[in-house]
Amino acid sequence: MTSTLQTPRPESGASPIASSLRGRQLPRWAPRALVAAAVVLALVGVFGPLGSWLVLVGWCVAAVIPIWSLAVEGRRKATDRLVTLLVSTAFAITLFPLGSILATVISRGAPVLSNEFFTYSMRNIVGEGGGIYHALMGTLLITAAAAAISIPIGLFTAIYLIEYGEGTRLAAWIRFLVDVMTGIPSIVAGLFAYALFVIFFGPGVRMGIGGAVALSVLMIPVVVRSCEEMLKLVPNELREASYALGVPKWRTIVKVVLPTALAGIVTGVTLAIARVIGETAPLLVIAGLTDSVNLNLFDGRMATLPVFTYFSIIVPGVPPGPSIDRAWGAALVLLIIVMLLNLGARLVSYFFSPKGER
Amino acid sequence: MTSTQSPERRRTTPTRPGDRIFRGTSLAAALLILATLAGVAVFLTAEGIPGILASPDDVKHGTTFVDYVVPLVFGTLLAAVLALTMAVPLAIGVALFISHYAPRKLAAPLGYVIDLLAAVPSVVYGVWGISFLAPALVPLYRWLEENLGFIPLFAGPASATGRTILTASIVLAVMVLPVITAICREIFLQTPRLHEEAALALGATRWEMARLAIFPYARSGIISASMLGLGRALGETMAVAMVLSASGVVTFNLISSTNPSTIAANIALTFNEATGLTVNALIASGLVLFVITFGVNFAARAIVDRRKDFSGAN
Repeated sequence: MTSTLQTPRPESGASPIASSLRGRQLPRWAPRALVAAAVVLALVGVFGPLGSWLVLVGWCVAAVIPIWSLAVEGRRKATDRLVTLLVSTAFAITLFPLGSILATVISRGAPVLSNEFFTYSMRNIVGEGGGIYHALMGTLLITAAAAAISIPIGLFTAIYLIEYGEGTRLAAWIRFLVDVMTGIPSIVAGLFAYALFVIFFGPGVRMGIGGAVALSVLMIPVVVRSCEEMLKLVPNELREASYALGVPKWRTIVKVVLPTALAGIVTGVTLAIARVIGETAPLLVIAGLTDSVNLNLFDGRMATLPVFTYFSIIVPGVPPGPSIDRAWGAALVLLIIVMLLNLGARLVSYFFSPKGER
Repeated sequence: MTSTQSPERRRTTPTRPGDRIFRGTSLAAALLILATLAGVAVFLTAEGIPGILASPDDVKHGTTFVDYVVPLVFGTLLAAVLALTMAVPLAIGVALFISHYAPRKLAAPLGYVIDLLAAVPSVVYGVWGISFLAPALVPLYRWLEENLGFIPLFAGPASATGRTILTASIVLAVMVLPVITAICREIFLQTPRLHEEAALALGATRWEMARLAIFPYARSGIISASMLGLGRALGETMAVAMVLSASGVVTFNLISSTNPSTIAANIALTFNEATGLTVNALIASGLVLFVITFGVNFAARAIVDRRKDFSGAN
């Protein structure tokens, strides 16, 4: 795109006719030099010892470009340069919270991580010490149960939408409602699980499996959408070749369609797990929190990493220091798990997806 | 796809049991999703109705349900609308930067960086908001109170902890930003190439090209992306519950220490201590939230789908 906009620089000895056709331009080095200066100033402001006001100074340096352009090139070009500046600024502003979150969580969480932190629960611990073993196990168990519920339902629904129901009105409605379902607030999913379990177990029920049900409500639509997209990408020729050999439809799906789409499905499922593993609100409502290890999904309260983080920082106890430290440690562990799942999903799709498709 | 099905209908051989089972299972899974969605509504209604009808003496908050829920709805809408006013312009800018301004080779990695923001768990946002962002904003609030105090929004007195509805909205804005950006980016990239090149060929600058070719094409997409972001902001729980120091008032004062609470945050904060009919009232407030977000999402998806039918993209 840029190549179409850039005209060759006016030569010093250009004829007057050519220069009148071309219009005046900023010297080519000017925007680049000013942007480079602005970026350097901003980086020094963020990381250096002088203070964050340098970021503002840097932005003002970059803001010289449109003003200068207004004087030299006229209003239209100046507007264009101003918008370029604003759009780049928007991107830089967005990077700030991401960098800030990563920096704070890593710097405050990393010192907490230790052998004890991963292998001890919080049972009988007041003040310092203790760890997240119980919460880690709870998170893994509840998420695994949620995945065990969601993946079959989500995958079969995607198969129905693509292989059996394509073009029917029911499929169109299901597709639409799955889209709407992706927008269910997580706390509502938790309340749904609570309202469901109250019927069987009475008021005040807290159970790990309830958390898994709540997470499934959030996870199923994500699984359906990604599996559906992947099944759509399987070329029809493969199916037809299989039918031509007399293979029944269900064996075609199991032996031809699913293996072809496998990499994409694994990616989608991993991203769905990454999305729900950090959910706090539904688990707060239905799984609760406990200080000791509970490995039984069907029996009483179960600690999870997000809920543990939440209570450690909101109700730190006396003295508050150790509990808040543990909250940062748990937040860091959670962040690492989520980032690893995301990275794993990208790697699977990068290395195993059929070449030429994406 | 239809070509593979039509021979099946004309087939004379008997359907195999394996086929029937597989088809039945997948149909059952699809119907189970509809049942779940209906179940959410039914169970919340069933458990919520006693809470709606409860007399003020039986519940902890001591008011009728309507008096209880109206300030919460107000807080929910205020926080979400504030978050959107910050997030939407920023998201459009970021999406435009990634799709049309950034160097081609950098576009995909930059998009991935923005997607990372969506991957951060909400409780981590909450921890960050309460211990980094809120204290960092205190000087700004003090400045706003002193210099712009004549505007009712900034009347103050400025909160000493920074845990105000404006801070919560900023955290919400950061959380919905990647959602809106991702959709806007996809739609900007779908702009017909010929429209863009035609604009450039007529001498338009890059910004004029965006205004002439991209925005008219993407308008409905931007609207629905914003509404999906709105749905996310309305239902976000933990970040608000942790950042906001709420007292259930109705006020437009954004920087003081008395703030309206939101439905989701209120449930998260009070559910564990609640007993009896108070639980039912909380579930009923969850039902209100469900209805609001369902409506917003329904409308947004309907716009997206309609656009799919009529745009030249497909």
